[in-house]
Amino acid sequence: MGEKAKGFFVTGDPLIYGADVSIIITLLGILIFLTYFKKWGWLWREWLTTVDHKKIGIMYLVSSLLMLFRGGVDALLMRMQLAMPNTHFLQSQHYNEIFTTHGTIMILFMAMPFMFALFNIVIPLQIGARDVAYPFLNAMSFWLFFFGALLFNLSFVIGGSPDAGWLSYPPLSELAGSPGPGQNFYIWGIQISGIGSLATGINFLVTILKMRAPGMKLMQMPLFTWSVLSSCITIIFAFPVLTVTLALLFVDRFFGAHIFTATGGGNPMMYVNLIWMWGHPEVYIVVLPAFGIYSEIVSTFSKKKIFGYKSMVFSMMIISVLGYFTWVHHFFTMGAGADVNTFFAITTMAIGIPTGVKIFNWLFTMFRGRITMTQPMLWTLAFIPCFLVGGATGVMLAAAPADYQYHNSYFLIAHFHQTLIGGVVFGYLAGLYYWWPKMFGFKLNDRIGKWAFWTWNIGFYVCFMPQYALGFMGMTRRVYTYGWDMGWAPYNMVSTVGAFLMGIGFVFQVWQILYSIKHGERDLTGDPWNGRTLEWSILSPAPHYNFAHLPAVKSDDAWWDMKNHRYGAAVQDNIKEYTPIHMPKNSGIPFLMSACWFVAGFGLTFEWIWMGVAGLAGVGICLLARSFQRNTDYYIPVDEIKRTEASLGRVV
Amino acid sequence: MAQSAISVDAHHEHQHDTFKLLGFWIFLVTDCIIFACLFAVYAVLRTHTDGDLTGRELFEVKGFTAETFILLASSFTSGLASLAMHKGSKKQLLGWLAVTVLLGLSFVGLEITEFANMASEGAKITTNGFLSSFFTLVGTHGLHVSFGLIWMIGVMVQIGRHDIDSLTKEKVTIVGLYWHFLDVVWIFIFTVVYLLGVM
Ligand code: HEM
Ligand SMILES: [Cu+2]
Repeated sequence: MGEKAKGFFVTGDPLIYGADVSIIITLLGILIFLTYFKKWGWLWREWLTTVDHKKIGIMYLVSSLLMLFRGGVDALLMRMQLAMPNTHFLQSQHYNEIFTTHGTIMILFMAMPFMFALFNIVIPLQIGARDVAYPFLNAMSFWLFFFGALLFNLSFVIGGSPDAGWLSYPPLSELAGSPGPGQNFYIWGIQISGIGSLATGINFLVTILKMRAPGMKLMQMPLFTWSVLSSCITIIFAFPVLTVTLALLFVDRFFGAHIFTATGGGNPMMYVNLIWMWGHPEVYIVVLPAFGIYSEIVSTFSKKKIFGYKSMVFSMMIISVLGYFTWVHHFFTMGAGADVNTFFAITTMAIGIPTGVKIFNWLFTMFRGRITMTQPMLWTLAFIPCFLVGGATGVMLAAAPADYQYHNSYFLIAHFHQTLIGGVVFGYLAGLYYWWPKMFGFKLNDRIGKWAFWTWNIGFYVCFMPQYALGFMGMTRRVYTYGWDMGWAPYNMVSTVGAFLMGIGFVFQVWQILYSIKHGERDLTGDPWNGRTLEWSILSPAPHYNFAHLPAVKSDDAWWDMKNHRYGAAVQDNIKEYTPIHMPKNSGIPFLMSACWFVAGFGLTFEWIWMGVAGLAGVGICLLARSFQRNTDYYIPVDEIKRTEASLGRVV
Repeated sequence: MAQSAISVDAHHEHQHDTFKLLGFWIFLVTDCIIFACLFAVYAVLRTHTDGDLTGRELFEVKGFTAETFILLASSFTSGLASLAMHKGSKKQLLGWLAVTVLLGLSFVGLEITEFANMASEGAKITTNGFLSSFFTLVGTHGLHVSFGLIWMIGVMVQIGRHDIDSLTKEKVTIVGLYWHFLDVVWIFIFTVVYLLGVM
């Protein structure tokens, strides 16, 4: 290997050589599979060029589960390193890289795409639409995320991983503190996927505002739809700030500017403010849809209308506004002064109120309901106590003077994992179990699912409860090792055991999916849970136009109402003549354009200007090509609708 | 019953046209936030000259006044273009768009000259926090304008090919909206950066 290649590829660590080998073997395997079974054309036509929100949702889902795996492996590596004092499993540099990639991947490349998967799979069906407002843009968002994530993950084997923490504060993340390409991977990986997220925010906001089934008023929308609406509004206001912040960091690093540098008149604290003006709303962006999922599940499995619908809607809107005014609670110790800290302490605590309202509403919905203990319901029930504790420790952290004690300690680590895992991950998993039959037409096995549920949950408390104690004992975050004299050893060992239990839970889930693909209980009704909202009114998986007739909505819980109160009329609606359906055509441009972004990002990461310019030129050409396209949609003829409906078992 | 349902479907298709405009307005909101952040950064770093020249010594009144008038004029001519479009006159529409593009080009040209002059006086993006934020803010606006120019030329070619139809109409409207937006942003740059800078 030449000198140049040595700097280019990450070398010297057996773990990474192992990863290199497995990456190459997997890639070769995929290539051989596709070629041998002549699947290239299929891949291109059915997936790479699709603009169907259901397929895009599935691609998001698969990617996010892969990223959950990668982030989880990072987490386990860290926990192995910390299990005992004075361990030499990871070097300090390696530990820095791993907590950085773990945090970044979990939030931006696991939680976000998992959330977008559910947006895509559920929203159009739930509001009775045939697609999103901008299907082409939707495909572009996915591919931007995909290539952004690819670029970020590439840093593992090429060039070196970023190591300045998941929010990469300067001056450490400036050229002087992080000279290699690692930090550039961070900037461009997130920037490229972030543009996609912003576009998704706009796309689903317009979809919800403009494409609801005829008759569905705003205050009749399912609560998941409301949660997505509030999340999208937050995306629209928060993500541009991230775009600017990363761009400015790039300007500093690439052009040698002094915006966030410690010298030359720059101001590093400005970065910290800006990044948290995105970062705090970001946690609400990911948790609001989880709240929406819980609402759907609680109502369905208690067989009751949700308690306090209006207060649910208002709480979510209040959260999405208030969430924008709390960012300073991440750095009370900056020394902004008592007045500023007081303001942000109060706004932070105030968010507890609407959240509390929601918890009470869920409890009241279950009260005297006929509850069925399905897997989605289990995860929802597990969420409530978990989030209560997470919320309570959050209020403790929000008390500014007290925060001087636990700032950046393991108390904080335990707090945010409790809300992120107990709130976000549990929510998305609940949603996954709930809507899985809608996506694929079969349920996920119950028995294995229960094993997964209990290992995850027990593992969670075993892992994170000791960390609260460790925080009080003075263990700070981002330390790669510690001595016997600190007295932290037993707690850390317990915590590591818990982490591995969660890892086992994840393995159970993978097994559960594989097992259920073969043996899962098929669902031929399209409504396996006796649901209340429109997505359950059509067969699973939904035909690619979703609704042969757009449903006419007359009340909230539209499908429940149709099933139970006006069945005759609803059937009537369904036997009328079909009309041709207007649908968008597939397009390869989103894929190609995002690939060009990838090339540009890669070039700029290594400061190979020619490559960066070539990539950006490619992006421009793709944009122009799209602008010149005219026939971007087509009509599905009535015959084909008839055939599809018949093949799905619907009487025509 | 069947009748009404069909009309519901047809109505639904029709609405598709207005989606693009709504989405574009929301996009402009996000672009506004981007500029708001850049303005905030500039406001913080304005005085961070690190002992070097300030805006008062660097900004040339003649230059930025000319830029302002040219960009304002181009916004006006893009308005005339859309009037011509509504009258259905392809020739006038293309004519006014061409004038808009030329004015836009001269704006970009002037800005490049201004930047080059400043750089030759030693006021570069690397010099200090003030200049870093200045070049980023004004440069981002300039990049937006340049992007808009390419876009507008693209739209002109399409009008040449397809005449004025519902698709090209929508495109002219949207690119026009974008152009006016950039004008508004420039007004803020003119006051906050240049006027406050030389005062
Ligand atoms: C699956 C179980 C998980 C375990 C065992 C785990 C463990 C850890 C550990 C050991 C750290 C580093 C602490 C330090 O040294 O400072 C960490 C940091 C972090 N984790 Fe997790 N984690 C898990 C899941 C998640 C999830 C689901 C998310 C987000 C959705 C997440 C987000 C973060 C973030 C943002 C950081 C901070 C990174 C930084 O300091 O820059 N984690 N986690
Ligand atoms: Cu926060």
